[in-house]
Amino acid sequence: MRRWIEKQHSILDFTLSSLLRRKAKNISLFLVYTLVVFLLGSAMLFTTAMKREALLILKDAPEMVVQRLLMGRYDPIPMDYLNTIKKIRGVTSADVRLWGYYYDPVMGANYTLMVPHHDPPAPGNIVIGHGISRVRTLDKGDIFSFRAYDGRVQSFTVTGELSAASELVSADLILMADADFRILFGLPDSRATDIVVKVRNQKELRTIAGKITELLPDTRPIIRDEIVRTYDAVFDWRGGMVVVLLIMALSAFIIFAWEKASGLSAEERREIGILKAIGWETADILAVKTYEGSLVSFLSFSTGILAAYAHVFFFSAFLFAPALKGWSVLYPDFRITPFIDPYQLTVLFFLTVVPYTVATIIPSWRAAIVDPDAVMRS
Amino acid sequence: MIRKLLARRSGRHPLPVRKSIICLMALGVSALLLGMMLTHAAWLRRAADPLLIQQSSMVKDLALTDLCLFTEARYTRHLSQTDMFSPFQDHPLSLEHFPTGSIAGPSAGLRRHYEKMD
Repeated sequence: MRRWIEKQHSILDFTLSSLLRRKAKNISLFLVYTLVVFLLGSAMLFTTAMKREALLILKDAPEMVVQRLLMGRYDPIPMDYLNTIKKIRGVTSADVRLWGYYYDPVMGANYTLMVPHHDPPAPGNIVIGHGISRVRTLDKGDIFSFRAYDGRVQSFTVTGELSAASELVSADLILMADADFRILFGLPDSRATDIVVKVRNQKELRTIAGKITELLPDTRPIIRDEIVRTYDAVFDWRGGMVVVLLIMALSAFIIFAWEKASGLSAEERREIGILKAIGWETADILAVKTYEGSLVSFLSFSTGILAAYAHVFFFSAFLFAPALKGWSVLYPDFRITPFIDPYQLTVLFFLTVVPYTVATIIPSWRAAIVDPDAVMRS
Repeated sequence: MIRKLLARRSGRHPLPVRKSIICLMALGVSALLLGMMLTHAAWLRRAADPLLIQQSSMVKDLALTDLCLFTEARYTRHLSQTDMFSPFQDHPLSLEHFPTGSIAGPSAGLRRHYEKMD
């Protein structure tokens, strides 16, 4: 056993000397490999963490939201729909929501205006999200003016600010009184934005949604499961930007592994020939190449993943930020909570380390089984 | 550097530390760092629990439905509440042009709902 360990030590020593002889080539190899793992790792860590964060934050979202559609488009819902929904067996409670969008031409930003069910601000007052306070440099006591639906200017006093820690859900929120909301948007008392429904038994949600569409055919019920799954789809690896990133990084990796698998340099072939000529066995040469591949790939994998972790969780994925922000003026300032899926990490390890190591061994094995004289002369 | 350090510790002539030992140490350090990364993630997650609870209770109190991630267009702000027409309503032949449209597609539930109208 001791002899075997000593032999492996010597093979590893030789592998390292061989790697150091081609220092420039191997360093560039390490950098490219690390970059590929960094890109794949960043996308993986970011999407997994965002999906989990959305799942945890939205677990208490309304059980069901009922919207009204008119000519295929969303339309304010009549208040009398509320009574029809309340009468359905299994519905515990139903309540209207008042919320809408306001485009601020000064900042070029969209705000979400909302009337809270509990403790709404007094008429003439508003509570603003931290994102708005940051963008508009507003503070408690400041006046915020809106242009109402009829062109009149309505001014409100900022009486509070939602916490900065909750920016991910409230950066663009403005909370106001029921009467102010209706005056601002010209929404009649007989209408509301939509209806939120609570049911007694969660298993009956779909059945009750079916009953609602049966009784009120111009409505569209959205259940909580669909709300959560929306964010699963946004951050799914098959969706949008993630798949583009994955394809780019994987293509780079395939080209890079293919280059490695397609053949050895003349110097490497000569080295194998000399080793065979001085008595090394094919198994020893394969061991050298396996160590070489494993060493480069493992170090690149760990460096790439550590860099990806720092990028996503310490620097809030700043490389992805321009794509996520798009043309948004108002963007939440938030730190992502790390959720690392060990399964995904293992998959990434086997997707990068194993193919590269195999790609390193195959051409060496081909060179090692040929007559040393022929290898050296070729 | 490691050779010099070992020599200074032992107070003897620099030992011929084998490259393989240094390499194994480097591999050990990277494995340790990966382990530390997982521990750090678990620690951060526990530390973030109160924040997640705060956000979740705000969602419950205000009956919110969406994360404030894409604020550039009203139909991307509340992705779960949007319809299929809003992105294309600027003019009859309008295509969706906000960058978010390339990241966030309509949800499965929405696609199912609008299938009948195709």
